[in-house]
Amino acid sequence: MKHFLTILSHEIRMLLVSPSTYLAAALFLALMGYEFTRILETYSEAPQEVSPASGFFYLFWLPVLFMVPLLTMKCLAEERRSGTIETLLTTPVTTTEVVLGKYGAAYLLYVGLWGLTGGFFWILRKFAGGNQLIDPGPLEGGYLFIAVSGLLFVAIGVFASSLARSQAVAGILGFTMLFALIFGSASLADAGWLRTDALHPIRTAVEYGQVFQHYEDFTRGVVDLRQLLFYFSGTTLALIFSILSVEARMLHH
Amino acid sequence: MPEDPPIAIAVSHLVKTFGGVAAVNDISFSVPRGEIVGFLGPNGAGKSTTMRILTGFLAATSGYVEVCGFPVATRPEEIKRCVGYMPENNPLPEDMRVSEYLYFRGRLKEISRRKLGPRIDEVLEVCDLKRVRHKIIGQLSKGYRQRVGIAEAILSEPPVIIMDEPTIGLDPHQILIVRDLIASLRGRMTVIISSHILPEIEMTCDKVLIINQGRVVAQGTPAALRQELLGKSAYTIEFAGDGAQLEAFIAGLAPAVRLSLLTEPDASGFRSAELTAEGESDWGEQLLADCLAHGLRVRALGRAHPTLEDVFLAATRRSWDAVLPPPPGDRLSA
Repeated sequence: MKHFLTILSHEIRMLLVSPSTYLAAALFLALMGYEFTRILETYSEAPQEVSPASGFFYLFWLPVLFMVPLLTMKCLAEERRSGTIETLLTTPVTTTEVVLGKYGAAYLLYVGLWGLTGGFFWILRKFAGGNQLIDPGPLEGGYLFIAVSGLLFVAIGVFASSLARSQAVAGILGFTMLFALIFGSASLADAGWLRTDALHPIRTAVEYGQVFQHYEDFTRGVVDLRQLLFYFSGTTLALIFSILSVEARMLHH
Repeated sequence: MPEDPPIAIAVSHLVKTFGGVAAVNDISFSVPRGEIVGFLGPNGAGKSTTMRILTGFLAATSGYVEVCGFPVATRPEEIKRCVGYMPENNPLPEDMRVSEYLYFRGRLKEISRRKLGPRIDEVLEVCDLKRVRHKIIGQLSKGYRQRVGIAEAILSEPPVIIMDEPTIGLDPHQILIVRDLIASLRGRMTVIISSHILPEIEMTCDKVLIINQGRVVAQGTPAALRQELLGKSAYTIEFAGDGAQLEAFIAGLAPAVRLSLLTEPDASGFRSAELTAEGESDWGEQLLADCLAHGLRVRALGRAHPTLEDVFLAATRRSWDAVLPPPPGDRLSA
């Protein structure tokens, strides 16, 4: 792991000097700011049951589906397309260090972008003249959910990037996988054919992977170890598959 | 690092197949330390594949490869430390500055921060890149990019440097610079370069390996290859006088020497004759003496050196002959 920090700092540096990062950040903040304003508008019209924070984080899937593929699609696909993966892997670095370094940079950017939305709540607090609109529980739970689930989402994006040579394919692949994870599991849980006894283990597994359920638990302040384990193990698995995918491409070059 | 083995690279019975098709088919060779070796072969001959296996980027199907005394298959970390590699087409990140790129690569190659700065200045100087050190790589011309690739390969002063077509796409002036650069590494580093530009290999390399269809079809110094594959030398004489006389004394000179071409006299009365001589011995002096003894006025006598191109064509033709026609039944078993 000697070179992990070298690669991580290099990747972060490349993200920070790239204009597309700032463009993505600006668009992300514009979109989330628009949603935040809309939520506040509904609050000003009629009292609501949940706090603005939990309404805001309920929209987590929107940036996940669009931002994560955009942030991660480049990382391994571009290296392979341009051939720089060959020069990179013939230096004394391991594939693991390369994948983890790129993953780390993408994850930090993802979390950083979400961190910027903290400004919305700060503005709200400043102009609402107090804390009556801000419930710290859902706020902290929401950010914790973003940080923990982001581990898996970004890892899936990196895995998609490791499968493809073209950035566009990697992006579409990442989008599809994330969509399947977030919405697929929800619709599977409602499927009637899964209710038979024979398929009970599958049903349990599907219920275990309900991302929206996790979100609700987190914002209610329930941090379940099983859910943490789901994200941590999923992340590890996605990263291991990414490493294997990069190495397999080398074998069959 | 082991105590400097005299053989830097040893390859024996290397085979690499891609989906049943052999790209490299039983190649064996060894390279002594400090030598510059050229891989020569037509496209698809297996040059790049062999180089990739030497760097440990690709795994061989079978065979044994040793670089700096380390087996490539089992000691990849050591191999990566002792090989500087520039792949085919020299891939570089487009959006980095030259000095940034070299700094990043230097850190990956485990050069300490303290030494890296002076070392980067040194390679920039050697590769004549000082003027573009703050430029973005994507905006550099091909010649500069190529030199950035070479600078990167020699950055950590590895004992072995492998470059896949380092001069492809360069103009003659840039080729000259790159050639001088490679020649300046002689003795200090073991260098393997591949090319299908023949004069270049001939001028830079101590040893040439001609590869065709995944096999080594010839190897040795350029001079030895000429001798082995062509086994003859050619002479041209420009003289004035009786052509029949020349024919007569050449027929009596030695059975190895034959007259292959005799032209009609030109405006000034001089003819030119071409002779081929089998074997290694030099007939030049003898020919000159005989011409003068027979009263022929000689204007020029020259020994034509067969180029590596002739050697290359002869070697690849020989290997095509060996491969074609296919043995009967081979197609059925495959």
